[in-house]
Amino acid sequence: MDTPIRVMLAKVGLDGHDRGVKVVARALRDAGMDVIYTGLHRTPDEVVTAAIQEDVDVLGVSLLSGVQMTVFPKIFDRLKKEGADDMIVVAGGVMPDEDAAALKRMGVREIMLQDTPPQAIVDTLKRLVAERGPR
Amino acid sequence: MTAPVSRASSSLALVERVAAGEPAAIARMISRAESGSSEAREALARIYKRAGRAHIVGITGVPGSGKSTLVGKLAEKIRQQGGKVGIVAIDPSSPYSGGAILGDRIRMSDMATDPGVYIRSMATRGATGGMARAALDAVDILDVAGFDTVIIETVGVGQDEVEIVRASHTTIVVSAPGLGDEIQAIKAGILEIADIHVVSKCDRSDANRTLIDLKQMLMLGMTMTGPTDWQTPVIGTSSVSGTGLDELVAAIVRHRHVAFETETGRRRQLAIAHFRLRKTAENLLLERMGEAVARAAAPLADRLLRRDADPYSLANELLDTSLPGGPVHEQSARSKVAR
Repeated sequence: MDTPIRVMLAKVGLDGHDRGVKVVARALRDAGMDVIYTGLHRTPDEVVTAAIQEDVDVLGVSLLSGVQMTVFPKIFDRLKKEGADDMIVVAGGVMPDEDAAALKRMGVREIMLQDTPPQAIVDTLKRLVAERGPR
Repeated sequence: MTAPVSRASSSLALVERVAAGEPAAIARMISRAESGSSEAREALARIYKRAGRAHIVGITGVPGSGKSTLVGKLAEKIRQQGGKVGIVAIDPSSPYSGGAILGDRIRMSDMATDPGVYIRSMATRGATGGMARAALDAVDILDVAGFDTVIIETVGVGQDEVEIVRASHTTIVVSAPGLGDEIQAIKAGILEIADIHVVSKCDRSDANRTLIDLKQMLMLGMTMTGPTDWQTPVIGTSSVSGTGLDELVAAIVRHRHVAFETETGRRRQLAIAHFRLRKTAENLLLERMGEAVARAAAPLADRLLRRDADPYSLANELLDTSLPGGPVHEQSARSKVAR
């Protein structure tokens, strides 16, 4: 039986804009994925706890508030501490190019900015999960 | 620092880590159960043997009745009393894409980082009855991991998805005010299965009507069946003000006693075992038939549409061609003659 890809979409911190992340959630659902949405205003700790409990293939963090360089180090620390080392972490939203480069060095696999078409996000997640292989 | 779960490639290697309550190991084990991989079966067998301590509480009700919010509040109360709570929250898969939006845990965010609460969302993936196929495996896994109360929250159900009662020790049916009159309340189906009735959103003015309708329905039933081990309570709750939550937790604790210590409870546990056995056999059968049926069905559906033959004969033909072990309907025809 084919298991659907599990994705958690998260909004972290004081960022009340979730139209974009809901559009992405719908696109992923329509591509046959199981999508868990955290709701707004979560802390990095809450997001990682939930992502581990849900054993998602992909954790996608949407940020429109500019706090990416604070949030992602915390996320990676917790994931490592809990032994959830094979989770694919991606970012979406709006951010400066130099931050995107730094996040990639940190371990964020893909950064999909505001002009990314939904189908491209679907394709990217499918590719990343296929590359990782079964677990 | 915990050992990475990716290194524990075998499910058997995860069993002890599940028993030690490691979140990532529990999570991976549930995923393996969900994917139905044969690799996980031995590990799940060991887990099944060690399970059986947890009080399994099923919560069901129509969509939007406030199940998830109530589960969140309930878990908080149980935590305050020192219990550990596992939650399996089920949401529907899309019948078209197979995908799902699992949004139950948004309503449970107050305990988001409490290690004594474990929330797992599941999609139905075509399973009916308001449950997901691996839900009971997940319950066993959480049980072995040390969660002494495990709550199963079904998908928002209609009038007759009642499988939850055959899977839980205690079934709570949540009704919301304003959804029907006393005729709805005496209909057969979901309202019959409750061990505890909850009327949610009791901060609303029309909640009293719903409370009265349900209480009257129960009184009507009592006059017909006489006294029993358990009097089904009707509890009004409000997740906004906290009304009724203590009363609900007390009722759950009382019913736990009935479930584990009485003859009624013993019969219920046996019925649960029966149901699980049957359901598992059904799933195995569907798994074995699955692809063969999909292949064989297309031409038969075409004939059905042309009214070339009736649905009953064609369904028998479908089973004959796709069921392992060959034709079955001759046998059933024979048993009919015998009767």
